[in-house]
Amino acid sequence: MPSRVRRIRRRVAGAWILQPLTGVWLVVLWLLLWGRVSLGLTASGIVVAALVMLAFPLAPIAVEGRPRPLPALRFGVRFAGDVLLASVQVAWLAVRPGPEPETAVIAVPLRTRSDLMLTLVAEALGLVPGSMVVEVDRRARTLYLHLIGVRDRAAVERERLKVHALEARMIRAFGSPDDRAALARDEEDR
Amino acid sequence: MSAAADVLSAICLLLGAALSLAAGIGLLRFPDLLSRMHAASKPQVLGLLLILTGVGLRLRTGIDVTTLVLVAIFQLMTAPVAAHMVARAAYRTRRVRRDLLIVDELSERLDEATASSRDDDAERGRD
Repeated sequence: MPSRVRRIRRRVAGAWILQPLTGVWLVVLWLLLWGRVSLGLTASGIVVAALVMLAFPLAPIAVEGRPRPLPALRFGVRFAGDVLLASVQVAWLAVRPGPEPETAVIAVPLRTRSDLMLTLVAEALGLVPGSMVVEVDRRARTLYLHLIGVRDRAAVERERLKVHALEARMIRAFGSPDDRAALARDEEDR
Repeated sequence: MSAAADVLSAICLLLGAALSLAAGIGLLRFPDLLSRMHAASKPQVLGLLLILTGVGLRLRTGIDVTTLVLVAIFQLMTAPVAAHMVARAAYRTRRVRRDLLIVDELSERLDEATASSRDDDAERGRD
């Protein structure tokens, strides 16, 4: 069974970083709830964070990527723009006169191999209006999305490309070397 | 300075209210559950963020602003997950207006999955 053991160990590579990140986030959350910063509040925050982390340990997940500031900024700006634009589009669909908007359910196979990246992409898509994650196939790395306001097949294909572009931006910003290599291979094939 | 903040705050509040109104109208007018989730989860998220910004610009005190930031963070983290759970349940219980779907690539996949899990069970039975 050595290969099985190796696979399990590889799957949680980088998971050590989650504990300190969770701890820091919980302390920040505590301070935000209090609305001010002081030594006593920080100390009590650390105690509460430690208790919470002991009582509700998170499952280890692999964290293989490191954020790169510039691509991350690019991702953030494009993402905010997408959310703005698409919010207005869906709002317009809701109030415009006319027939009921057409919808579609499409499968989008992703290039990433990482659970964390799959989750992040799904989460980001959930925030961009016009697309909603209906189903996640973890083994095939495929997201099934419900789209609204797609008039024809061409519009569906445009949406598929948009999802791939979002995934590409996210991999460039936060992805592991493996994911970036997979992305580069895929883009060469096109 | 504070007048400018007030104007900005008013603009944010009005835009946020307009988006939330559009979300409400979408909730009424969209034909099926999945479409309604779009209206409920998306313009509403941006609408809420705008309203929080507007309120924050009016209040301008530390503790209130940090609370607003927390509301925004939790909304952004939970809205997609909640929308996904409802959408998944809706699709699986077939509460979808199929006549409005121009493409459906999931139904084929689910049929296959049902078939292959039956195969898996059969294989496991042999071991």
